[in-house]
Order: sequence, then C-alpha cells, then structure tokens
Amino acid sequence: MSLRIDQDHSRFRAIVRGKIRENLKKYVSHGEMIGRKGKDLVSIPIPQIDIPRFRFGEKQQGGTGQGKGEPGDPVSGQEQEGEGGAGKAGKDPGEHALEVEVTLEELAAILGEELALPDIENRGKSKIISAKDRYTGIRRVGPESLRHFKRTYREALKRMVASGTFDPKRPVVVPMPDDKRYRSWKTQHEPVANAVIIYMMDVSGSMGDEQKEIVRIESFWIDTWLQSQYKGLETRYIIHDATAREVDEHTFFRTRESGGTMISSAYKLCNDMIDASYPVDEWNIYPFHFSDGDNWSMDDTNVCLELLKKSLLPRVNMFAYGQVESPYGSGQFIKDLTNAFASDERLVTSEIPDRDGIMGSIKDFLGKGR
Amino acid sequence: MSQYALKTLLPSYLARQQERIEGIARDFGLDPFPTIFEILAYDQMTEIAAYGGFPTRYPHWRYGMEYEQLSKSHEYGLSKIYEMVINNTPAYAYLLEGNSLVDQKLVMAHVYAHVDFFKNNFAFRATDLDNTGHLTDPMARPDPFEPNRRWIDKMANHGARIRRHMERYGVTAIEEFIDTCLSLDNLVDPWRPFTGTPTPRNEDDDETAVEVPRLKSKDYMESFINPASYLEEQRKKIEDAHNKKKTFPEEPVRDVLSFLLQHAPLDRWEHDVLEVIRDEAYYFIPQMQTKIMNEGWATYWHSKMMTEKILDASEIIDYADNASGVTATSGKQLNPYKLGVELYRNIQERWDKGQFGKDWDDCDDLEVKRHWDMRLGLGRDKIFEVRKIYNDVTFIDEFLTPEFAIEQKLFAFSWSERNGRFEINTREFQAVKDKLLSQLTNAGNPFIYVEDANHDNRSELMLRHRHEGADLRPDYAREALRALFRVWKRPVVIATIVDDRPVYLRYDGKEHKSEDAPKAEVESEEKED
Repeated sequence: MSLRIDQDHSRFRAIVRGKIRENLKKYVSHGEMIGRKGKDLVSIPIPQIDIPRFRFGEKQQGGTGQGKGEPGDPVSGQEQEGEGGAGKAGKDPGEHALEVEVTLEELAAILGEELALPDIENRGKSKIISAKDRYTGIRRVGPESLRHFKRTYREALKRMVASGTFDPKRPVVVPMPDDKRYRSWKTQHEPVANAVIIYMMDVSGSMGDEQKEIVRIESFWIDTWLQSQYKGLETRYIIHDATAREVDEHTFFRTRESGGTMISSAYKLCNDMIDASYPVDEWNIYPFHFSDGDNWSMDDTNVCLELLKKSLLPRVNMFAYGQVESPYGSGQFIKDLTNAFASDERLVTSEIPDRDGIMGSIKDFLGKGR
Repeated sequence: MSQYALKTLLPSYLARQQERIEGIARDFGLDPFPTIFEILAYDQMTEIAAYGGFPTRYPHWRYGMEYEQLSKSHEYGLSKIYEMVINNTPAYAYLLEGNSLVDQKLVMAHVYAHVDFFKNNFAFRATDLDNTGHLTDPMARPDPFEPNRRWIDKMANHGARIRRHMERYGVTAIEEFIDTCLSLDNLVDPWRPFTGTPTPRNEDDDETAVEVPRLKSKDYMESFINPASYLEEQRKKIEDAHNKKKTFPEEPVRDVLSFLLQHAPLDRWEHDVLEVIRDEAYYFIPQMQTKIMNEGWATYWHSKMMTEKILDASEIIDYADNASGVTATSGKQLNPYKLGVELYRNIQERWDKGQFGKDWDDCDDLEVKRHWDMRLGLGRDKIFEVRKIYNDVTFIDEFLTPEFAIEQKLFAFSWSERNGRFEINTREFQAVKDKLLSQLTNAGNPFIYVEDANHDNRSELMLRHRHEGADLRPDYAREALRALFRVWKRPVVIATIVDDRPVYLRYDGKEHKSEDAPKAEVESEEKED
C-alpha cells in the first residue's frame, strides 16, 4: 500500500541530502556516522531539521523532574515518550537529534539501502553446515540456569491472585515449582559461506595520517557490509613499502614507514597467502589494496599486472584497488591498471580524493554484487 | 462521517467492547462526544501520528521527518504508539492492530476519558467552529452543548487550499513560505479566543480641539498672566502627548500572527497560507495548555474503569504490567500521565476528607493533619469541577502541595557550567513549583508582542520580548527575524535583553544588527525592576 506520507518523506530525505532547498541544509542536525559503542553497537543519529522560532536556550532554562537524587547529582534519564497522547506528534519539537542504537547488521542494511548495494552472489562451493542455538520460546521444564525470572514470578502472581492468597498490603510473591518457566531453544542449521578480506596498504612516505584515516573509515564500512553477507568472515592485513609483511589490525592502521613503493611485494604476499590458506572452491576472496598510486618503476608495475592476470584475478571474487589522493598528488598506477584490465569485471578501481569521496568509492567497490 | 476518514472499521468483538466501555464511562459520569474507533496497521498508525493525528494535512517535509523518526523508533523497538485520539466531532480514535485485547480495552477506556475532557474542559472551547468552518466565539456556550469541531474536514480543506497554491506557484515557493510562517507560529495569544472582538475606537475623541487651560484674568493683564509663549509651550506639550498616544497598534498585540494577517502587505496566496498556519496553531494550543490534566484525567479513568468494571481476573496482571509502563518516571522529564493522575487522586482524597479551607490551612499540628478526616465525600464532584475550569498552570498553582511534592520526589534541575551536565538544583517546594509553572506558562514560549508598526516613523515593525529571566536563543532569534521580514517586507526589530543588557535586534533584509536600546528605555526598565 502506498502511503500519503511517502511524498513528504522523500521530500524530507531530499532536503537532508541537500538536493533541494539548500538553505535548509544548515538546520539539519547530523552526528558522526561511525561511533563504536561497546562491542558492536553503533549509534546513528536520525537527521532532524529544527524550525527556528523565538524560544529560550535549553541550558539557560533547566526544568523539573521526578525521582531520586541529592542536589548536585546529575539528572539521569533521557527525554522519554509515554503512551502516544492526543494529537501528540508535531507539537513537541525535539531538542536533540534522536539517537538510535543499532547493531552492525542493521547498520549494514542501512548502508545497503542508502547506496543501493546488491546482495553478493556466493561463489564459494562450501558445503559446511554450522549449527546454532537460538532461544525462541518458553517451557515448563529446564535447567535452573535458564529459569526466566520475570515469567516465573508473573505465573506465581497470577496463581496467587486467582486463588485469593495474594495480599496487596503485604505483596509477597512466592513461586511454586509449577510456576517455574524456562527459556527453550531451537537448533538451527545453516550453510556457511566463508569469505576472506585481504587488506593491503601502501605505507610509504607519501601516505599521511589523513590518507590512513580514509582507508580506516572505508575498510570499516567494507567489513560491515561483507559481514552482513557472509557468516564467517576473516580479515588479513598486509602493509608494504618496498617490501611487504603481514601485520595485525592495530599495526595496519598505525604504521608509518618511509621509503619507496614496490606494489608487487604486496601482491606476491597476498598470492602466497591465498595459496597457503584459502582454497578457491571453499572461499570467497576479496583483496583490497589502497595506495597513493606512486609505484617505484614501470617494471614493478608490469610484475603486478602479470601477477593479477595469471594468479590473482582468476581466484578472487573481486580485486579492489583504491587510490587515495595524497599531498604529493595521485599516481599513475590506477591508469596502468585500468588500461590493462579495462574489460575485466573482477578488477574494480576507485579514486578517493578526500573524505567526502568515501561513500562514492564504497559504492564503486560493492555496487557490483560480486 | 468524514469522507477523509480511513475505511478501517472495528471488528465485531472490539465493537462490542467499545459499546460496553462507553456505557461504563457514562455510568461513571463521563460525558464524551460520540467516538469512532478505527483499527490501523502500524505503518498507517505511524503515518497518521506523523500528521499530528489527521489523515489529511497539507503537504510538508516536516511530516516526513516525523514519520521517519516514529517509524525508525518503532522498528528498533524503542517506542510504540498505542493510541491516538482527535479532538473532533465525532471524535476519532485509532487502535493499533495486533495489540492484545487487554491493551485495546485499556486504550478505549483511556480514549473515552480524553474525549470527555475535550468536550468539557473550557480551554477546548477555543476549537469550536461555526457552520462555515471558521472559529467561533467560545464564550457563547449554547445549551445543550453540541459544538461543531469538524477539524478533520477543516484540515483536509487546508490541504486542498495549499495544494492549489502549489499547483499554481510551485511547490518550493509555497513550502518556503510555509517554513517562514512556521517560524512565527508560536507568536500567538492563547487567550485571544476568550477576549472577544475588540471594540472599535471612538473616532470622535480625536476631533476635540486642543485647549490649553488658562488662568482667569482681566483683559489688560491677559498677556502677563497667560503669556503667549507659555501658552504655545503648553499647547505643544499636550499635542506631543496626544501624538505619542497615536502609536499603532495602540496597545501591544500578543497575537502577532493575526496582526500580520491584517496589516502586512501580503499577496492573496501568502495571506491564505498564513491563515492556515494560524488556524492550525490555535487548534493545538488547548492540548498544550492541558497536557498534564488531560493525560492525568485519562489515566485516572482508565485505571478506575479497568480495575473496577472491565477486567476479569485473568487479565489483571497484563494490565498492571502495561499501566506501570505508562506511568513510569524518568529523571529529566516529568511524566504528565503520572503527575496528572497522582494529583487528581490527591485532590480527590483531600476533598473526601475535607483537607482544605481555613481550618486545614491554619492547623499546625502534623499529627492532627495526618488523621484529618471529616468524611465529606466531595472528592468526585471536585475532580469533575477541576477538569472543567482549570488548565495545567492553574491546576499546578492551586493544587500542588508541599506534601505532594515530597511524596512524588519532585526536583528542579539546571545546567551546570562547571560539570557540563544537568544537575539537580533543589527540592525546595517553592522553587520547584515556580520552575514547573514557568515551564508551563505560555507552553514554554517567550512572551512577545507587536509594539509599533511604524517604528522610527519608517514603517518598520517593532516587537518586544517581555523578559522574564531567560534570554532568547540568539541564532534562532536571528532566523525568526528573517522570517518576520519576509512577511512584513520592511525592516524588523525586536527589543529584548541579552546578558542583562537591553538591546534591539534588527534585521533589514540584508544584515543582522544588535544595538543597545535607547537610554530612556533602559532607565524605565530599571525603574520597573
């Protein structure tokens, strides 16, 4: 069913994206796009446009509340909504962007929706099945460790009210064995598709902190998306200047070397990695390489092209190359690649001039659905 | 039945419940309008909630924004709209499809109390319409009271009017002007509907010639006792005083929107759009003025009706679970459901036991007060009287007692610059009450009047903000001035106080200026203090 509101909603979205009514753009309140919280929770603010009126500043005003605490204690609690009241919506303009906590899965869904990313076609021929337990229901028997406290007491309260033994003046609820309720689970079997991302980054002298930050943000989103597509996702990291080595995630984003750039060193290491650990018929393989494109020599570039053609491209789902623009400009490598593999869908290249280019580049990489 | 209403009839098992609950409500003495319930899927519910309860409004992006917030917060399980009810004749209420029967019954009981409140609380009379769909004089209350409040139709008509303008002048042009009007839509006078139409000024007053009173004298002494220069001086003084009175408007006008409608140089479509915004702003005022009372009343009655009449034993636990959620409190914001219902119950108890009047007030003995019970049984009558003639401000002002504030753990908080957070300020009764009242007064909006439509004799529009302790938010004030300029089409000024200094904020269509108020004014302000 098409809703009348759709029209207003798409107009609002267009304003938020700055497509129409540019002068309203400045009232749009946005927060950070990424903010890890806890293990895998992220808070994304919902864009909001506050219509400016003659009104008081909130901080000056203060207010009244209800609850425990001594003078000087911080006021707890957020703006809260009760039950929807009479004609409620629309007349209490919010003071803050409403922040919604979402899981990474939901975030990936939003990303997919926002960039219109296609679902990925699974190339792995893996027949591995994994079993997973999910708590889905309640039953009357079970181990004490799975006892559902609230349900148990609710049953007890029901029984006591029904049998007239409940005394409101002395509201003590005592569960009997019959009242006990336990969580129950179902085991689900699902096929596992395995995928590995191999990140390679150029850490030669010309890659500055800003360039690394761009790579970091971009790889966060790529991880998020691929994680939503594959259950078992592995990530490996390679850094290189004139030589390449494997590192952990922490080192990957924080290393700064000086020295020249031999891209082939990284590609060789990547190739060896695939040989050693990731048989093609079981794994979906995604190498991502980020560099400023300033390779040492044409000879080395030719080695890279050869490696790609002979052994890398035939084995991967997609080989992605992102060229980050550095203070020293943008190099030649991306042109060499596109010239050599213009018609090959397995190679995707993207230029990332600055932070604003990240979204477009993610779309370049993931928009093919490979 | 409105042609704009959705065709989503109640299933028969709910229709039976509705009939039963309406009967129970009337037995308890509630007097609601006829009410039509519709049952909606959550996306329809969210859509209508985004439109402020009306199925058809004029198109505007902010409804899309509301929709996004409501639907996201629903999808992530943060909140759920249980019910909506519209102050309309007949009243419309929406139930959420898939709620349990206990919840639906609770909502119906809740709704009937809301509709009773709409019909009987005096503030809502300001939403009465005449046959042509215009606001009518709420003071002329006919008997029997069968008002016309066909706001669903009226809002739909507004939608049609705005759409017509959009077709003619383009969506963006109209939308921009709507935004402009919305920036000003809190500049209204909540009591305007009750003050009647102002009597036209008697023009004859102006005709009287200016006569300088003179002392009696013989002819030959005349030029000494009443010298010509003195007479001239006096005449000038009187004339000046006379001219000074002739500012326009004569008295400051609080209903800025209607002043603009009457006097700003608006195109016909601009006039039409502004009128729509103003009418709708006035529709929502009573709901803002009675938020605590209205929700408290509905909560009081749903709890009474549910526990005494409607529920059977198997449902009571689910009901209690839900009801406790509705009245849950959280630090930063008072829950109007909780505060309202507790205050009604408190009033009922006090009037049942006779805990009011001179004897009660004069009594200093806490022990006597604790056991004070004159068995008057006036409580029920009292709360019905309260629901009729009070609004949130008078409700809190008159019935909030120190004992109640302690029992409900009320506190006032303020922003701590040092710690960068909101902190509890005090639990002292008078301070908490003052803070609460100032929050409720004028729905938390500043008091702003049109003072002079010919400021500096250059037909600039001058507004005055009656400063009561809190400054205006400066960036918003600048944007609001810009909107005002768009409507008035001449430079605009607002006199206010920033950091204890009287200033004029001015916008002339190109740039914003903040200049000190003229000296004379500063002195008179100080004298008033």
